[in-house]
Amino acid sequence: MAAHLSYGRVNLNVLREAVRRELREFLDKCAGSKAIVWDEYLTGPFGLIAQYSLLKEHEVEKMFTLKGSRLPAADVKNIIFFVRPRLELMDIIAENVLSEDRRGPARDFHILFVPRRSLLCEQRLKDLGVLGSFIHREEYSLDLIPFDGDLLSMESESAFKECYLESDQTSLYHAAKGLMTLQALYGTIPQIFGKGECARQVANMMIRMKREFTGSQNSIFPVFDNLLLLDRNVDLLTPLATQLTYEGLIDEIYGIQNSYVKLPPEKFTPKKQGDGGKDLPTEAKKLQLNSAEELYAEIRDKNFNAVGSVLSKRAKVISAAFEERHNAKTVGEIKQFVSQLPHMQAARGSLANHTSIAELIKDVTTSEDFFDKLTVEQEFMSGIDTDKVNNYIEDCIAQKHPLIKVLRLVCLQSVCNSGLKPKVLDYYKREILQTYGYEHILTLYNLEKAGLLRPQTGGRNNYPTIRKTLRLWMDDVNEQNPTDISYVYSGYAPLSVRLAQLLSRPGWRSIEEVLRILPGPHFEERQPLPTGLQKKRQPGENRVTLIFFLGGVTYAEIAALRFLSQLEDGGTEYVIATTKLMNGTTWIESLMEKPI
Amino acid sequence: MSRTKGDEEEYWNSSKFKAFTFDDEDDELSQLKESKRAVNSLRDFVDDDDDDDLERVSWSGEPVGSISWTIKETTSNSGSTHEGREQKNRNSFYTQLSKPASTYSLSSFFKGRTRLGSFQSLSDALSDPPAKSYAPELGRPKGEYRDYSNDWSLSDTVQRLRKGKVCSLERFRSLQDKLQLLEEAVSMHDGNVITAVLIFLKRTLSKEILFRELEVRQVALRHLIHFLKEIGDHKLLLDLFRFLDRTEELALSHYREHLNIQDPEKRKEFLKTCIGLPFSAEDSAHIQDHYTLLERQIIIEANDRHLESAGQTEIFRKHPRKASILNMPLVTTLFYSCFYHYAEAEGTFSSPINLKKTFKIPDKQYVLTALAARAKLRAWHDVDALFTTKNWLGYTKKRAPIGFHRVVEILHKNNAPVQILQEYVNLVEDVDTKLNLATKFKCHDVVIDTYRDLKDRQQLVAYRSKVDKGSAEEEKIDAILISSQIRWKN
Repeated sequence: MAAHLSYGRVNLNVLREAVRRELREFLDKCAGSKAIVWDEYLTGPFGLIAQYSLLKEHEVEKMFTLKGSRLPAADVKNIIFFVRPRLELMDIIAENVLSEDRRGPARDFHILFVPRRSLLCEQRLKDLGVLGSFIHREEYSLDLIPFDGDLLSMESESAFKECYLESDQTSLYHAAKGLMTLQALYGTIPQIFGKGECARQVANMMIRMKREFTGSQNSIFPVFDNLLLLDRNVDLLTPLATQLTYEGLIDEIYGIQNSYVKLPPEKFTPKKQGDGGKDLPTEAKKLQLNSAEELYAEIRDKNFNAVGSVLSKRAKVISAAFEERHNAKTVGEIKQFVSQLPHMQAARGSLANHTSIAELIKDVTTSEDFFDKLTVEQEFMSGIDTDKVNNYIEDCIAQKHPLIKVLRLVCLQSVCNSGLKPKVLDYYKREILQTYGYEHILTLYNLEKAGLLRPQTGGRNNYPTIRKTLRLWMDDVNEQNPTDISYVYSGYAPLSVRLAQLLSRPGWRSIEEVLRILPGPHFEERQPLPTGLQKKRQPGENRVTLIFFLGGVTYAEIAALRFLSQLEDGGTEYVIATTKLMNGTTWIESLMEKPI
Repeated sequence: MSRTKGDEEEYWNSSKFKAFTFDDEDDELSQLKESKRAVNSLRDFVDDDDDDDLERVSWSGEPVGSISWTIKETTSNSGSTHEGREQKNRNSFYTQLSKPASTYSLSSFFKGRTRLGSFQSLSDALSDPPAKSYAPELGRPKGEYRDYSNDWSLSDTVQRLRKGKVCSLERFRSLQDKLQLLEEAVSMHDGNVITAVLIFLKRTLSKEILFRELEVRQVALRHLIHFLKEIGDHKLLLDLFRFLDRTEELALSHYREHLNIQDPEKRKEFLKTCIGLPFSAEDSAHIQDHYTLLERQIIIEANDRHLESAGQTEIFRKHPRKASILNMPLVTTLFYSCFYHYAEAEGTFSSPINLKKTFKIPDKQYVLTALAARAKLRAWHDVDALFTTKNWLGYTKKRAPIGFHRVVEILHKNNAPVQILQEYVNLVEDVDTKLNLATKFKCHDVVIDTYRDLKDRQQLVAYRSKVDKGSAEEEKIDAILISSQIRWKN
């Protein structure tokens, strides 16, 4: 089960159970044996809310991945396509349906759109002549997927691009719907704060949806005190910097997908006598990362420099526990020892895994190039030399380092300088196009449109004002025993999280000037509650704030919010929601133009 | 409406769609593979599946990733052994979780008032026959686009669309009605509905009117642009950008198309049509360069492929080309030409100097690339020439626009012999950098000479321990150490 979802302040298992029930209901509508044809992208997110066993119980006998030509043979009554509403997938589905053998046993076709039906897609199916073949065409509102006890994501890769480049509101609409679902399960959220254009729109949609669903009064006692909606483009800086928490670095280096990470297998070979190094695994080692693992929950949000000491302390504790067996003399003592053995072995396995991962990461973080890159990033973020061509970036281009790495750095410089001087910008652009190909004109244009890489306008650099007012750069950072959120980037305090922190105390009125510099409106809305549902806070009881990042959030930001939640006198605990869990690399990637 | 519907009916009846037949891939083996692949790709389920007992299992001592875990994972694919366990856990899990929360279902929130009414397929639509009568025959219309009631109000219509029910928009005939319909859809924020209305408007309004009205309705306009991109209607999209005078977007979105053209000749011709489009000033130059570069590459590629297959040219025999040069970036092309065509006269298209001039490649970039290419071929004379300049008195002098430390790094990367490395390490001006590089790349002579020149006896003694016993370097150090000519500083 997903017990770790219920350990947090808000029991997110309730949400998981609701979406599971919805899935069962749909499956039961298609009576008889079934085969599911999967849009491959969906298998990851679905894995977080359902298991194969659930599908099996509802007569799902076969599963295939969606691909062209003919469906594989399956002796089932129903064929159900689980797909995202995308046109290119409709073409494949049509191909599948049209190549069905008419003389074979009649089968019923159904489509489940995730997360929404799309008239455009249905039109395409109609144009292809297969729309009439489907008995059920439904949608499965898997808007927000619970990832951990305090974390929800829509896992919509294209949300940032749609919102900030194409001004398409579809993903905002899904976000609003997801928030309505949450309110249906956890009660109306009495106060909504927001900063940014998209935040404003989501709040508007929520208010409108609430008016439309007035049919039934929500009689659930509210769990959340506040909702904070934040536009990603209010803080373009944070994701560009390299995350320095344990989880953040795992994501930067290996990429975490749907809470799983794939690692090079060499470090995970079990050491056995007489093996002689034969049978080295070649397949990547796949690990699930979430708070269900006690050790991981403890170290994931720490600065990587503080992870080693925890691991070695843990190792000593475990060794000591195993040593206990020598002291066990009586039958009772031995029995007790044996009963603890499984737990100890699990702990040892977990320790072994994370020691290996930490070693892998250390290989990267101790490299000269990593150090050089970090130095440049930190110079930019603390405001040093942001207005001229940077030698390190120049070298990276000359040595043809990965384009995304170069783009991250150039964008970081641009953001930390409120845009680059035209001469500097043109120089970088030219170097990039000549080295990586002219077609990247398109990517550079997208980055400019998103505000990530642009010429300075009005010749004014606002970043120093923002940095100083929000205390974004802290010189005396304590990585081992942090006292401030800036530990997650070893000096830089993520702007987004600083905004959340200042909102809870002393309130945004203290930073009006900076809020005006940052893009988009800031606002506050109240959703009135019937008197019976109004909360009387006990003295010392923390508020619960749901913070929604529109356009994506990084693991380092999540770590910073968890740090705030755990502060003894913090006063606020956070539950985090986002359109996508991301890092600078996946973010820039989503803005690059590729052939269709 | 009737006209369109008639057309539709005719279309369906005369439909030329046939069941595709594909080459037989459905032998037993490939089916098995397919199924297995799918199941494997659904590992997440299986993992999670395990997850149900994993918590217990892992607390009972099986770390995730252990062998037993892997076996478990495999057996769960095949089923039976797993099922019993699954069942057991499931029960306890349900008893745990059948708290009030589990009585909620998302559908009950959004899909209408009553649970029974939540049946949301088309059969839900008023007076449509029940679902069962839809025999799943292929390619036949089900009459589902028939709208039995024409009396939906504007907002009802939009609501119905929003709930995913298809209803006809045809009776909104006047421009005013259509625009109201659009505004109602926009105020709902539902992109799906907005798009549906836009499809209707696009079909029933002239381009000019559609564009004119959308220009003052920005949200709808953005959805139309997105929609046109999605369905790949570039012609209308370009018309729209032209109408809106969004010229740069027009140019870029036309240019973007080249990504989808594989054939190099066709791609080149297409790029030609991009020249002169209203890009920004800098981009215009880049687009021109892009075209010129591909044009060059096509010539070079044809020529070199011929040379290579003829087998007469030594360089191609010794170093067969790894890939075609088509569509490679400029710097890569320069590298290629420095590698295969270094000595060519400036007049040929493939000569490096010609490329440098045509594309105004900066000195620094040129030297870096040429150095890397010549070093890779171990053509040390060329490397030497690259940095040799003559002054007006005829003296030669070594100069490197990129700094000799970079030269050394690149040479080392290409496994240059120590004698060569040494020569360039010596040219590094900064003493610390020089010592660093010399030590790093084991240029003993440079290190020894430098310490001697620095009169640093201690460092020299320390370095003695780093060279091989009895080697020439050791002798050299010893000779220096006993020399009475040097006044050591320590």
